[in-house]
Amino acid sequence: METIRKFERVFEIIDQNQRSAARLIPILQAVQAEYRYLPEEILAFVATSLGISPASVFGVATFYSLFTLKPKGKYLIRVCNGTACHVKGSMGLYGAIVKKLELKDGEDSTSDMLFTVETVNCLGACGLSPAMVVNDEVYGQLTPQRVSDIIDEIVLREAHNESDAHGA
Amino acid sequence: MNGALVFIDNKEIPIENEQNLLELIRKARIDLPTFCYHSELSIYGACRLCMVHVEGMGLVPACSTPPAPEMKVSTNTGEIRKMRKIIVELLLANHSQNCPTCQKSTTCQLQALAKRLGITKVRFKNQLKEMPADESSPSIVRDPNKCVLCGDCVRICSEVQSVGAIDFAYRGAQTVVIPSFGKALDQVECVNCGQCARICPTGALTPKSEVDEVWKAIHDPSKVVVAQVAPAVRVAIGEMFGLPPGTTTAGQIAAALKAIGFDKIYDTSFTADLTVLEESNEFIKRVTAGDRIPQFTSCCPAWVKFVEQYYPEFLNHLSSCRSPQQMFGALAKEMLASELKVNREDIVVVSIMPCTAKKFEAKRPEFESDGVRDVDQVLTTQELGRMIEEAGLHFKELGPESFHMPFGFKTGAGVIFGNSGGVSEAVLRYVSEKLTGQKHDAYEFTSVRGEEGIREAKLSVAGKEFTLAVVSGLGNARKVLENIQSGKVHYDLVEVMACPGGCIGGAGQPVFSDPLVKRQRTKGLYESDRMLELHKSQDNPYITELYDTFLGDVGGHKAHELLHTSYSSRKRILDEDLDISSGAEKSIDISVCFGTSCFLKGSQKLLRDILEHINVKGLDDRVNVRASFCFEKCDKGPTIKIGSRIIEGCTTEKAIEAIKREGLNLP
Repeated sequence: METIRKFERVFEIIDQNQRSAARLIPILQAVQAEYRYLPEEILAFVATSLGISPASVFGVATFYSLFTLKPKGKYLIRVCNGTACHVKGSMGLYGAIVKKLELKDGEDSTSDMLFTVETVNCLGACGLSPAMVVNDEVYGQLTPQRVSDIIDEIVLREAHNESDAHGA
Repeated sequence: MNGALVFIDNKEIPIENEQNLLELIRKARIDLPTFCYHSELSIYGACRLCMVHVEGMGLVPACSTPPAPEMKVSTNTGEIRKMRKIIVELLLANHSQNCPTCQKSTTCQLQALAKRLGITKVRFKNQLKEMPADESSPSIVRDPNKCVLCGDCVRICSEVQSVGAIDFAYRGAQTVVIPSFGKALDQVECVNCGQCARICPTGALTPKSEVDEVWKAIHDPSKVVVAQVAPAVRVAIGEMFGLPPGTTTAGQIAAALKAIGFDKIYDTSFTADLTVLEESNEFIKRVTAGDRIPQFTSCCPAWVKFVEQYYPEFLNHLSSCRSPQQMFGALAKEMLASELKVNREDIVVVSIMPCTAKKFEAKRPEFESDGVRDVDQVLTTQELGRMIEEAGLHFKELGPESFHMPFGFKTGAGVIFGNSGGVSEAVLRYVSEKLTGQKHDAYEFTSVRGEEGIREAKLSVAGKEFTLAVVSGLGNARKVLENIQSGKVHYDLVEVMACPGGCIGGAGQPVFSDPLVKRQRTKGLYESDRMLELHKSQDNPYITELYDTFLGDVGGHKAHELLHTSYSSRKRILDEDLDISSGAEKSIDISVCFGTSCFLKGSQKLLRDILEHINVKGLDDRVNVRASFCFEKCDKGPTIKIGSRIIEGCTTEKAIEAIKREGLNLP
């Protein structure tokens, strides 16, 4: 029923934006908030509903780095690589995360789709550098050890939730 | 503003309705280079090749700067010359370097510009990251390694053709022009008109070549290779050999084809004459009965695919006549085997067409009988030109030869099929005599002629009023369809050709950029018409004989079998069904159509109701629900498919009833 709910939500999003092609970006943002990425079929559907070509929707979706056409993990780790964070060793942090999550070359998500890691250009939290954001939570003054601990905490929390769900 | 003077390189040039400096500079006979400027498209200002210096303004792009009185413009300062060179060098540094083997070699504007600007070496290291070319389409090859990102193709596809099959994607150095989701061109809504390839300044989009296959057939002694030459080819191919546009070279084409090794040379204008009889009779029958009016012409395969994708509700308005190319193929395979005493499968029909979509049409599954294709190969005018070059023939010096009979005999009506308005006029020449039962000496119907993309004509024939629309360009066709749908206009007959100006402006024609070329080609066809002995398809003696000895009645059984076809709606993008809810194994599939037509007729509510019903009845595990982008019967939407049953005009009640009937009423 999850797919149904999400698809219903796409209708709502399109309606809320008056089926206007000029509102394409807010529509895509809302769709991505729902799906955590932009699925191809949904983009084709959005294009049809707005009366524009799927190729233009694809163009917009690939132009902005905010949009993603690949499914992302439940926890999206964004490591800041702006000037301040870079100087304070953000790439070392990134490397530590990749190692911790056992990601192979070119992979950015774990196979269980729990984590996705990427770099961003500046989070505007230079005072906290090096910084990262996990979903909406900001972490600052990080070290490779601290990052590893944060990941462990999340994994533990998830395992709990899982067993709770099974228990219920 | 008009009449005011602008100084271009110190020369006084008066403004006369020019919208931008570029037009004015070109009027001053200075050929400012551009990639992205075309008078028929919106102004884009991307290529920066038309930068000029304007006193008091500095450097500005001429294409997007309106002229103002007393402006002082310099087009050739040292700074500008240096900049132009750098732009071209940078483009070359990011461009495939295999010019000698490129299809566009010698007609490529990048190549020409590099030569013109005297660029003998590129100072920048080549940065091209080789990407695979897309050869999936039967009509067009897209080679991203040769793209200069001028956007001409993107704009002509969306602005002129209203299709939008390709667009820019990604950004910065990664920018490419690509179909949606990076799919192959044959998987998307491309109608194969090839206007993108016509306008592409480089070899990034080119008509797909079938030259090798044709040579192979010619060299195979067991094959009888017959050619059919479309009308528009004869007034354009000469351009490749230094003749002015519009020069009629039908005789030279026949001579060249014979010299190349074709066994028989026929004329598609002959089957155009045949189309006139079949299509006019269909029209008379339909207009008399008030049945499916307006009737749309069906000669243009890009237009047909356009209707199949976007306006399936109008499919039954299309004439059921096959295009002249396909009528020829079917007849040739049916008749020539016995006449030439060869096996059917040893006859190779090669069309010479001004068109890339004809390549697609020839490959449509319906145009085949007993495993033998009706038309085997389709060459564009350009490809025939290349074969003539390869054979070392001096085209201009060839003595004209004649086409073979009977399929080489045509009337002027069959020849004017090659330009916008020609099909309508040919039909009128027939209908006017058929309805009055009288022969007329006059044969020209100039009211359907002209250059505008949408033309209307009202005519009175035998006391009956007919309203015609003559349309070229698919964007214009869309406008006309919308107006018909909203009841704003009424027509009896609508002629549509996908390429602006008709087939003479097709993407298979020799590369041209001056819009005047189309006018000259059209003029050439009307002149051919005047030069011919006969002007009305019904006067073609070989057509009469064909009906007498082989086809029987016009519109009769045999004619229907060989000369007519049917259409069905088609998906714009393949494989884009959306899974809404999946049940366990062996579940029943329910697909709700979300094509434009069904969508407007309420498929959204229908899907909601179905989902609710499934939810309430607890059937989640036993059905797969999908949103599908258009399947059949769109005129009777909203449509859903349950199992293998299609339910038209579906309501919530009908859907629930059908779900029950599938044995899904109970948990």
